[in-house]
Amino acid sequence: MGKTIVEKIISAHTGKEVSAGDFVVADVDVVLAQDGTGPLAVRQIEKMGFDTAALPEKTVLFLDHAAPSPKKELSNDHITLRNFARKTGVQVSDIGDGVCHQVIPEKYLNPGEILIGADSHTCTGGALGAFATGMGSTDVGVGIAMGKTWLRVPETFLFRITGEFQKGVYPKDLILHIIGTIGADGATYKAMEFAGPAIKAMEMTDRMTLSNMAVEAGAKCGLIASDAVTKTFLVERGRGDKFVSITADEDAVYEKVFDIDVSGLKPTISFPHKVDNTRTIDSPDCAGVKIDQVFIGTCTNGRIKDLRIAAGMLKGRKRHPDTRLIVTPASREIYGQALEEGVLKIFNDFGASINTPGCGACVGVHQGALGDGERCLATQNRNFQGRMGNTKGFIYLASPAVAAATAIEGVIADPRKYL
Amino acid sequence: MILQGNSWKFGDDISTDHIAPGRLFHLRSNLPELAKHVLVDAREDFAPNVKKGDFVVAGSNFGLGSSREHAPTIIKIAGVSAVIAKSFARIFFRNCVNIGLPAIIADTDKIDEGDKLEVELSAGVINNVTKGIKLTFSPLPDVMTRILADGGLVEHIKKNQGFNL
Ligand code: SF4
Repeated sequence: MGKTIVEKIISAHTGKEVSAGDFVVADVDVVLAQDGTGPLAVRQIEKMGFDTAALPEKTVLFLDHAAPSPKKELSNDHITLRNFARKTGVQVSDIGDGVCHQVIPEKYLNPGEILIGADSHTCTGGALGAFATGMGSTDVGVGIAMGKTWLRVPETFLFRITGEFQKGVYPKDLILHIIGTIGADGATYKAMEFAGPAIKAMEMTDRMTLSNMAVEAGAKCGLIASDAVTKTFLVERGRGDKFVSITADEDAVYEKVFDIDVSGLKPTISFPHKVDNTRTIDSPDCAGVKIDQVFIGTCTNGRIKDLRIAAGMLKGRKRHPDTRLIVTPASREIYGQALEEGVLKIFNDFGASINTPGCGACVGVHQGALGDGERCLATQNRNFQGRMGNTKGFIYLASPAVAAATAIEGVIADPRKYL
Repeated sequence: MILQGNSWKFGDDISTDHIAPGRLFHLRSNLPELAKHVLVDAREDFAPNVKKGDFVVAGSNFGLGSSREHAPTIIKIAGVSAVIAKSFARIFFRNCVNIGLPAIIADTDKIDEGDKLEVELSAGVINNVTKGIKLTFSPLPDVMTRILADGGLVEHIKKNQGFNL
């Protein structure tokens, strides 16, 4: 019987052939924690009596959710992580270096590896053909100390994606469409595997958008087979030698298969307060919805291609006077590119506020908390009540193109007329 | 062991943002203080009034969203003896096991706000004393039962000097 991607990767890390439903203890290759979850992981490691890290070169503590720190308590949490790193030799990704899920593929993760992270969107790494999954601080603390974790091998839902995206429609619209269709718990405990010609044709940046949001359907991971696109991504970052081909067997066993043709998709928006509460742009519900804040950034859509798309639309235009725009590049690499290409100048001329690479406004810690009754249209992955720092705020999720059009018009807007 | 307390009823899709909001991020290293706000964005009356032993009873997909283990941890610190829901999000469920907070999957339509409950974990029975009915639930997979029995993952690792699953 053939194996799915997740079965293959976990088998290779346990020294035996495993299949869906098995419980195993597996070796991990890369471990991440961030400034919200890392301090608790450090305290748990100390409670267990460990004072070393198993994989110091491949364990990374990210100062990204509160970067730079807006409060003394969070600065003290940063001290906890810095001290732990000094003691154990694990890596610190400092303020301004970027969001964990962007930096991990850029610098640390390779196909076929297992990544565990104390952050739910760790699943982003699945885009490289790695098994990447989010866990809590204690699990990740064990991973840091011992280089191991326990896993139940998940069943896989296969998403076969065909067709070509129409102008103004992007992989973000596809993943919002999928979650809107199967629901926010539609893939709970399962592996999502994205395959088919439309995935083959997709750049790494877009694959990461899909994998990133797998957890919004409840999934454990969002996997994509590694291929020439993966190899190029690694070669560009000096890790071409780390490429391995990871694919599912022809006769792999899937719990469910979904066939989706992207040709018919339209710009899609998730309405408050649930990711699966989706509408297409032509829905009457989208007409005239006033937006106070537009936010372009995050581990979902804060990459250079996203910034280029938005900047291309905003060039030579001015933002709507009642709508503010916040732009947060996802990493230092992206910030540098955007700087060099003049993309940041376009945002600045448009009237945007440009933030330090990191999570920024996404998690409601700082850099863009909403006021009472305010509406934000964001390129992030989550619109739960209270997410952006205020339970009385309303969050709409969309692609960078919808975000740019909205910043121009001040209401939820169709990007296609600006392309 | 029998857990006893009253029910606090919540709806579907209670996220970790409802339980431990991002705007209180700075309290994450001060869990007793954060626990004073537990579930604040779902029900403001919960944290000030919850009694030791009470149950959080919810609909489907409880705990969706962020991996923050602080969420189940502050539910436990607030004195809640178990969370009972129709279904749980994956990471939250696993975190509950790791920190030793029972997470029970059952038909919560049969439990109303304020119902007096007795839960026998090993027998898989919820006795709704107020309504005079019994609900049953399936035991956890062995691996999880072993971690819970040791008092959570930290204790499991300490006791066994590693995994013993
Ligand atoms: S950008 Fe948002 S979703 Fe991504 S890691 Fe940061 S807080 Fe989480």
